[in-house]
Amino acid sequence: MRTITYAQAINEAMSEEMRKDENIVFMGEDIGVYGGAFGVSRGMFEEFGDDRVKDTPISELVITGCAAGAAMTGLRPIVEIMFSDFITLAMEQLANQAAKNRFQFGGQAAVPMVLRTPGGSGTGAAEQHSQSLEAWVCHVPGLKVVIPSTPYDAKGLLKASMLDNNPVVFIEQKLLYRSKGEVPEVEDDYIIPLGKADIKREGKDVTIVTYGRMVQRSLEVAEKFASEGVDIEVIDVRTLVPLDKECLIESAKKTGKVLVVHEACQTGGYGGELASTIVDSDAFFYLDAPVKRLGGLDVPIPYNPNLEALVVPTEEKITAAVRELL
Amino acid sequence: MGLPKETHEELYTKMVQCREFEEKAAKLFIQGKVHGTAHFCIGEEATGIGVSSALEVEDYILQTHRGHNQGIGKNMDINRMMAEFLGKETGYCKGKGGCMHIADFSVGSLGANGVVGGGLPIATGAAFSQKYKKSDNITVCYFGDGASNEGAFHESLNLAAAWKLPVLFVCTNNLYGMSTSVKKSMAISDISVRASGYGMKGIALDGNDVVNIYEETKKAKKYVQKNGPMLMVLNTYRWMGHSKSDAQLYRSKEEVNEWKEKCPIKRHREFLIESGMFTAEQIKAIDKSAKQDIENAVAYAEASPEPKIEDIFDDVYAD
Repeated sequence: MRTITYAQAINEAMSEEMRKDENIVFMGEDIGVYGGAFGVSRGMFEEFGDDRVKDTPISELVITGCAAGAAMTGLRPIVEIMFSDFITLAMEQLANQAAKNRFQFGGQAAVPMVLRTPGGSGTGAAEQHSQSLEAWVCHVPGLKVVIPSTPYDAKGLLKASMLDNNPVVFIEQKLLYRSKGEVPEVEDDYIIPLGKADIKREGKDVTIVTYGRMVQRSLEVAEKFASEGVDIEVIDVRTLVPLDKECLIESAKKTGKVLVVHEACQTGGYGGELASTIVDSDAFFYLDAPVKRLGGLDVPIPYNPNLEALVVPTEEKITAAVRELL
Repeated sequence: MGLPKETHEELYTKMVQCREFEEKAAKLFIQGKVHGTAHFCIGEEATGIGVSSALEVEDYILQTHRGHNQGIGKNMDINRMMAEFLGKETGYCKGKGGCMHIADFSVGSLGANGVVGGGLPIATGAAFSQKYKKSDNITVCYFGDGASNEGAFHESLNLAAAWKLPVLFVCTNNLYGMSTSVKKSMAISDISVRASGYGMKGIALDGNDVVNIYEETKKAKKYVQKNGPMLMVLNTYRWMGHSKSDAQLYRSKEEVNEWKEKCPIKRHREFLIESGMFTAEQIKAIDKSAKQDIENAVAYAEASPEPKIEDIFDDVYAD
């Protein structure tokens, strides 16, 4: 094993697959010589050239639709949308076209594309560059939705997304780009199948179901509780669609106490779906307390660093929520 | 040098089939046999049939919601179109799309679109594939005057021009976006001038002259293969309302009647007879045969099974 960053892991996944399959093309704003707004694609333009690493105009709608059209005609495009907030500009092509073209054309089309985009707050980029909009895309049948929390997961899940024959929205966490973690050597190729949650920490007293940046934060809370003799299980959902319901349900049955944590605004957030998955199942009869949700506050992400830090779940808030369950 | 007789026959036959298809479809509505909606291109037949007929199987088209002519021009199967219209399992979309979403990838139709302007970005991607694979084929993107006011139009024409993608953008200007006249929705009367804003060639043609549209499409294809995208505007008129529920309070009967005088089918028929290429009897035989094709399509559709409830999750995702 070696240690690389989350951004490097994503770069490796793309580059390695592009070397194997020349039908993979990569398009987005400033992904070429500039290397991407977060430096994720550094070196790719130099390696693959202008034919396969395409700097686009600032036109999120057509970039997304162009990828969908290319995917329907034999290519396997990757699109980078510079900030996940800008999927709002691409939504028509993503939700009405890419997601539905297989179903609405009676199975004639396949749309094997990956839309990569960084989400989340914490960079002082304020209201329009910090949102966590995963619930928007989870609500559209035909899309798959992935949010990795470690370099290992990022690489393996991105490879699986690139090999998938459906449109996959791959939401990266901008605050994790520089985080490091262990991944196998380059020659030890691996993928992580979509639809498999990962138990990042096993425990028997409380289950925290989470994803993305909140995984690490939840693990830190779990370690602190361990010293009190409270054993927390942390489940990283990893793939929001398709969801590994079984993993959540089994854990809920084991611990009887569940907290759902995510950074996105709580109202209408995917946490509602995660909580319902448990409550709707026979795990309900094993619960010792109501399933608790902890999402971001229902406000836009503010600029001031003190305010910004407080609108998403903090260690303190997660800790307090766990205590309510005990 | 005119077109060969067979080409004239093909164009005329397809236009009559399209007219019969839609008139029959309208009747099926009145009889309560159709559940959804449809958008008819009666009066506009020459546009899609002239353009699509000039293409090869390997050329792609992106159709609009008002695109029966575009599909028939590209040799789509009328039986499966009618079956889809009636929501049957044998339809192009297995009864799940309706006629707003008919597609036939085997003849190069990448699908009709229910979103105004929705096909424009997809067309750039199809053309990107063609260019990437060094194919000589092109992508034709149909859309209407209304779509030319969408952001998708701007982004798509700009990208296609910047990347020199082989797309022929075909704008069917039928003078109304649903009920709103182009006079109210834009400050220009010639939509083809918009091409210049993208460094693109733009031409405007009489949208009711099927022969000229066919010939100009052949030329446009050569131009696009060599130079990148082009905008072709076909000026025509929608005889029917926007969809089945349109009372047409926004225009006069006189205006509609004026355009009915310019019927593209009548015009081509008169040309074929006056030029001596076909006798009136031969034309009548074609008309009769086209009518029969549509009757057969209805019979096929009506005899086809309903989609099965247990198949509802099929095709949401590919394996």
